[in-house]
Amino acid sequence: MSSTALHDLGVAQLAAALRGGQVSAVEAARHFLARARSHQHLGAYVALNEDATLAQAREQDASIAAGTAAPLAGVPIAHKDIFVTRDFPTTAASRMLAGYRSPFDATVVARLAGAGCVTLGKLNCDEFAMGGTNENSAVAPVGFDAPQPVRNPWDGARVPGGSSGGSAAAVAARLAPAVTGTDTGGSIRQPASFCGVTGIKPTYGRASRYGMIAFASSLDQAGPMARSAEDCALLLSAMCGPDPDRDSTSLDRPAEDFGRALGDSLEGLRIGVPAEFFGEGLAADVHAAVDAALKEYEKLGARLVPITLPRTDLSVPVYYILAPAEASSNLSRFDGVRYGYRASQYSDLLDMYKKTRAQGFGDEVKRRIMIGTYVLSEGYYDAYYLQAQKLRRMIADDFQQAFKECDLIAGPVAPTTAWRLGSQNDPVANYLADIYTLPASLAGLPGMSVPAGFGEGGLPVGLQLIGNYFQEARLLNAAHRLQQATDFHLRAPEGI
Amino acid sequence: MTAKLIQGYEVVIGFETHAQLATKAKIFSRASTAFGAEPNTQACAVDLALPGTLPVMNREAVACAIKLGLALGSHIAPQSIFARKNYFYPDLPKGYQISQFEIPVVQGGEVGFYLGDEKKTVRLVRAHLEEDAGKSLHEEFHGMSGIDLNRAGTPLLEIVTEPDMRSTDEAVAYAKALHQIVTWIGICDGNMQEGSFRCDANVSVRRPGQPLGTRREIKNLNSFKYMQQAIDYEIRWQIEQLEDGHKIQQATVLFDPDTGETRAMRTKEDAADYRYFPDPDLPPLVIAPEWVEQVKAAMPELPRAMATRFVQQYGLPEYDATTLTQSQAMAAYFEDAAKACGAPKLASNWVMGEVSRRLNTEEIGMDAVKVSSRQLAALIGRIGDGTVSNNAARQVFEALWSGEGSDVDAVIEAKGLKQMNDSGALEKIIDEVIAANPANVEQYKAGKDKAFNALVGQVMKASKGKANPQQVNELLKAKLA
Repeated sequence: MSSTALHDLGVAQLAAALRGGQVSAVEAARHFLARARSHQHLGAYVALNEDATLAQAREQDASIAAGTAAPLAGVPIAHKDIFVTRDFPTTAASRMLAGYRSPFDATVVARLAGAGCVTLGKLNCDEFAMGGTNENSAVAPVGFDAPQPVRNPWDGARVPGGSSGGSAAAVAARLAPAVTGTDTGGSIRQPASFCGVTGIKPTYGRASRYGMIAFASSLDQAGPMARSAEDCALLLSAMCGPDPDRDSTSLDRPAEDFGRALGDSLEGLRIGVPAEFFGEGLAADVHAAVDAALKEYEKLGARLVPITLPRTDLSVPVYYILAPAEASSNLSRFDGVRYGYRASQYSDLLDMYKKTRAQGFGDEVKRRIMIGTYVLSEGYYDAYYLQAQKLRRMIADDFQQAFKECDLIAGPVAPTTAWRLGSQNDPVANYLADIYTLPASLAGLPGMSVPAGFGEGGLPVGLQLIGNYFQEARLLNAAHRLQQATDFHLRAPEGI
Repeated sequence: MTAKLIQGYEVVIGFETHAQLATKAKIFSRASTAFGAEPNTQACAVDLALPGTLPVMNREAVACAIKLGLALGSHIAPQSIFARKNYFYPDLPKGYQISQFEIPVVQGGEVGFYLGDEKKTVRLVRAHLEEDAGKSLHEEFHGMSGIDLNRAGTPLLEIVTEPDMRSTDEAVAYAKALHQIVTWIGICDGNMQEGSFRCDANVSVRRPGQPLGTRREIKNLNSFKYMQQAIDYEIRWQIEQLEDGHKIQQATVLFDPDTGETRAMRTKEDAADYRYFPDPDLPPLVIAPEWVEQVKAAMPELPRAMATRFVQQYGLPEYDATTLTQSQAMAAYFEDAAKACGAPKLASNWVMGEVSRRLNTEEIGMDAVKVSSRQLAALIGRIGDGTVSNNAARQVFEALWSGEGSDVDAVIEAKGLKQMNDSGALEKIIDEVIAANPANVEQYKAGKDKAFNALVGQVMKASKGKANPQQVNELLKAKLA
């Protein structure tokens, strides 16, 4: 097989080629490692370890030769640098964890390794997964001495989205056939949309959070990003499953084949279209692409049902109270005492804490720690945190009302396509751009982003699909059917 | 409640006790809880709060909480919530302690005990599950502090009372009673020196009828002796302050056993805002009724139930029943002796009397008792059948205790302690005594009871203590009639 085509293969095809011996795991790994190096200007990777990668690949070649290959034997993937890994440093893109090496692998990492995947490296992201542009990364990508923004492969002057920006960029630029991401308020779906790739966040609790550095525990979920829904299904099936001894919030549901519904007819499928997702602030090009995708679904036999999610607006303040509240506590462990960064000079314990955390955390992280500390403080807890918790339940109830009338919900992922690097400096404006992804996050529902066309300047537009709890297979099939009818997900950025 | 006043002040005391649970593993990790290991060898990734780690509840610790709730007649919450208490300290790896705040697992209940003859009841507010912190070691490292995280994550039950206690004695008696319960049901080893049972006492004073005074909390009282000293000192100090016209500032204080004084660690002004909120890593703790029933079925008979049974089954006074059920070993000893001799009240008297006295004098536990329950039963049997008098029985007990002999009858024989039950011989002695003490006889006949007692004493003396006093009384009365 000619190696130029290798990075255009999907996960399923690549896995078949590996099992069939057309390509070895070592060859595949070398091919993608070479691409990671040759495209390092994108800033997608923050850590590579060729020795470790090739050792993993050789193991998979051996199991293929022995006839004991796991389903994804030899498929190279890469992990967002939020997942802790034994073979690579784990930084959460923070100065706080520069050079940190975990003594164990995250459950998701271990499960994918168990399915035969070979890890290429770690991917850039916003610091502690906080941000929507990847501009909050505080670590130098591979090939750089200082932090660099991750560039959108479709337009190097634009952001890839975030926080899983490195993950989305790597898939779009074919630096890995598939990757992991994490989604707290849209961190898989929004970068997938900005970079024209497919990504899914499963129902909260499907994937173990053990070894995923916590941002907001009640919202964080791992999920795959790849070019197609079919590939996402393969990875998601390997990632999910109960982990009762390590994560108390992991659901007691057996692992599933999320690809089982791929190809099912969409005849009669009711797709809810929330009015609130198409109001003021939605860019015309995004609106047009989403409309076109919805029309495509009608052609496939689905019926569009107007629905309402009346508290969509409130999801922004609710999320930006709850997520920072949890983050302020989750990030307390980064105190300079046991591991990670510690200020070099300090006068006493309190001074050590202050300097370590002032120097170790970036601005966005500090902003959220301060917001979170504030809303949990005595006298403010009831007014902010408790109110937000109540609204969160109401937002979840709104979805259940909506799902009485429809099987899936569809709309835009983000109000716009990818914006220019450095153009968005107002944190509140950034927060508001999360408005379409936050509701499903707060409700713990599965959601995905599917390439739906291109807007102004040839920038990708994603269609968001939201399912009810545990409806991942149905979501993936809906995405798959759209991808059979369109070729947006197959297009590559120019020069890639 | 009638309170003993001190200089016109009423003392009000409430307790918070941290009982370390006797589980094999930590409350949210699988690391061992054994005491005394090399520093930081029993701290796993979760205890070290490494990035990505998460807590998973240890069912064994929950079972301990259920046991305590059952033992104290508390409500066991079908659903309780874990919360994070946020503060920075080097021996608190996560930067927060996982505890329970708004909805604890054990709610209400009471601890009953005797203070002298008076039955006391202290009401519980709650008992909640939480994790312990590690230890900061300041002495062994010059200019630096060492951190040992072996203890981090050790399960604790924090047991909180209402401010029901009105004296130091009552407070110490409460603490002892609670200590006995947690060890009885096996949820805590009770080792105070190793910190397995640590008490904080909230102490305030007020004029009777006035609202509660401002309290100061004495932290970490790790022996009953220090508890007594610390609370006594604190009461005196507070009264002195008030008498001198000062106000009491709410504060946390430590007791210094060397000086016998308490001193303030921090005042209310320095109190941290712990920013409690429900821990999103832990779903609500759900305890199904079946689980409670399961634990109940596997529990030993509880002290309260056992005391009630002793009253009903053996006809003991409630005081006896409560005292005998202060420890499982004592209760078992009593019950075995009572069953073997068939005289429960006598057995109770002996266990609470001679047996307890000797154990206390020698500062040993029931496990090291030197007269077995069967020996005691045999001895009580010999009192019952008139073979020995009570006095003689005490001598036999001494002999058994000191190891002079092991068979009750053999000891009685060897020491010549058999009671004189032969009425012929006794009558002879009585006749002699009457003949030798005409003055007393006269006085008795004139109506002086004292004179009769003197005659009895003479008869007992003449019989070398072996006469049966009852029999002496009867015969003497008959002869003088």
